Amino acid sequence: MPEITREQVAHLADLARIDLSEAELDHLAPQLNVILESIASIQGVAGDDVPPTSHSVPLTNVFREDVVVPGLTPEEALSGAPASEGQRFSVPRILGDEQ
Amino acid sequence: MIDLTRRTAADLADALASGEITSVALTEAHLDRIAAVEGDVHAFLHVDREGALAQAAESDRRRESGSPASGLDGIPIAVKDVLTTRGLPTTCGSKILEGWVPPYDATVVTRLRAAGLPILGKTNMDEFAMGSSTEHSAYGPTHNPWDLDRIPGGSGGGSAAAVAAFEAPLAIGTDTGGSIRQPGAVTGTIGVKPTYGGVSRYGLVALANSLDQAGPVTRTVLDAALLHELIGGHDPLDSTSIDQPLPDLVGAVRAGEGGDLSGVRIGVVTELGGEGYQSGVLARFQESVDLMVKAGAGVVEVSCPSFVHALATYYLILPAEASSNLAKFDAMRYGMRVVPQGSTPDFRPSAEDVMRATRDAGFGDEVKRRIILGTYALSSGYYDAYYGQAQKVRTLITQDFATAFGKADVLVSPTAPTTAFKLGEKLDDPLAMYLNDLATIPANLAGIPGISVPSGLADEDGLPAGVQILAPALADDRVYRVGAALETLLRREWGGPLLDRAPDLDMRDRRGEASA
Repeated sequence: MPEITREQVAHLADLARIDLSEAELDHLAPQLNVILESIASIQGVAGDDVPPTSHSVPLTNVFREDVVVPGLTPEEALSGAPASEGQRFSVPRILGDEQ
Repeated sequence: MIDLTRRTAADLADALASGEITSVALTEAHLDRIAAVEGDVHAFLHVDREGALAQAAESDRRRESGSPASGLDGIPIAVKDVLTTRGLPTTCGSKILEGWVPPYDATVVTRLRAAGLPILGKTNMDEFAMGSSTEHSAYGPTHNPWDLDRIPGGSGGGSAAAVAAFEAPLAIGTDTGGSIRQPGAVTGTIGVKPTYGGVSRYGLVALANSLDQAGPVTRTVLDAALLHELIGGHDPLDSTSIDQPLPDLVGAVRAGEGGDLSGVRIGVVTELGGEGYQSGVLARFQESVDLMVKAGAGVVEVSCPSFVHALATYYLILPAEASSNLAKFDAMRYGMRVVPQGSTPDFRPSAEDVMRATRDAGFGDEVKRRIILGTYALSSGYYDAYYGQAQKVRTLITQDFATAFGKADVLVSPTAPTTAFKLGEKLDDPLAMYLNDLATIPANLAGIPGISVPSGLADEDGLPAGVQILAPALADDRVYRVGAALETLLRREWGGPLLDRAPDLDMRDRRGEASA
């Protein structure tokens, strides 16, 4: 059972786009280790012959009639936006300075 | 006349139909009750007094013109804050959605409105439904009406406490690993998790979409069936919605409420009991089983060996799905946006900088733990060992259920291993918190329906415990039939509903005023 290090937690938080403070890392890393220890027992429980289950109810693709139904108006869609401009979501720059 | 807030929804429906009461009077009575006890209980995150009364007035007009929208037209309801409500705030108990007012209704809410039920407000919950105590709400915990220093269960502690404290006759909950049933058990109320796909998930802010299911939170089994029939059934807006009619749930309650269980085979699951379960909870459970046997049921012990891995399976699948679902909270289209301050004056934060800062400020500890855990479980190198294994063990658990249901019509166990614990007791011990859902999680992994029915008060602390009844997928009627029978049998023993023994919050208020 590989232990999850403080550095790994920092890396995972980065992947998940969460800016964890040093104090939060100190707090969360040991807790995550305790949780991981408790779920490690699952490794090797099911053999290769066991099929995975993603949904408990079998899913089949569903088609609908190709007819127009009312959706949200632009005003409704933008009603919760932190910032908007001219019927668009307004967002911070998406490219780095070097780009 | 009995206080309107203490009557059942079924009884109130009759009173509305006969003209004995109006929906406005009924809704006002509940709003008054909310005003009186919310300071102690904190079951609601938002109360919509004006909206509820306007909906009640419309309901009364429909009644007067002889065209009620449904049998429950005019009966007020509380809705868990994880379901979107057009024009009413929806926060999921999270700071990241503080003040968000959705532009659309969840299908469950659409059906409640169409059926004429005034919506009293939105109930408190653990943030994004992650928790078993409601303490992970960013807006403060809900208190258990039986003992205000204790947890009301979670994640739907607000909905359970609201019906237990007579603030609402009916409420909607959601159950991903026990969030309807476990709060039901620790507050002495009824909670039903329908078959996965039985109630639409459209507009239910997803925690783990392969596990989430909305359902009724009530004080009687009949009320649960009435509400379930109203919110359930196929919805084209949910691709996992089951395209077939619900079984006759109210009919199943009628079949069971006489207390006769002749010919019903009840399976006691070996793995859902014993070590880790409080003695008073086990004692009440055994009494319930004995009562059902006396009422004609046959009892067999069934083993579900893979259940020992259910908790680990759940805490891999849930965080994996949650980490993906919660990626949508990106500070761009709705919700909180935090713009970080840089160390230099010309710092221009990028969208990613804003995302990172917002998600740090907007999510609580438990949400962060689970997102990181899910990100870990899905990372390359660990995927097969963890997430892949969990999906396979999910198959084994489903197979265990199939085998067990070959020997029994329903399976029974205690709903939760303990009664309500003290607020704060397990808050910073995630694993101890997770153990509360030990008995409820397998049903979510297999997608089967379950009900929690109060089994009595534990001897050691005088707090409510619950019995869980599980049935095969699509056989929701069985949990109602057996649940109604058990409710009748236990009430005969008690001489009335268990909630009659809960402390009177009004009296507590009056004492408080007298001493103030």
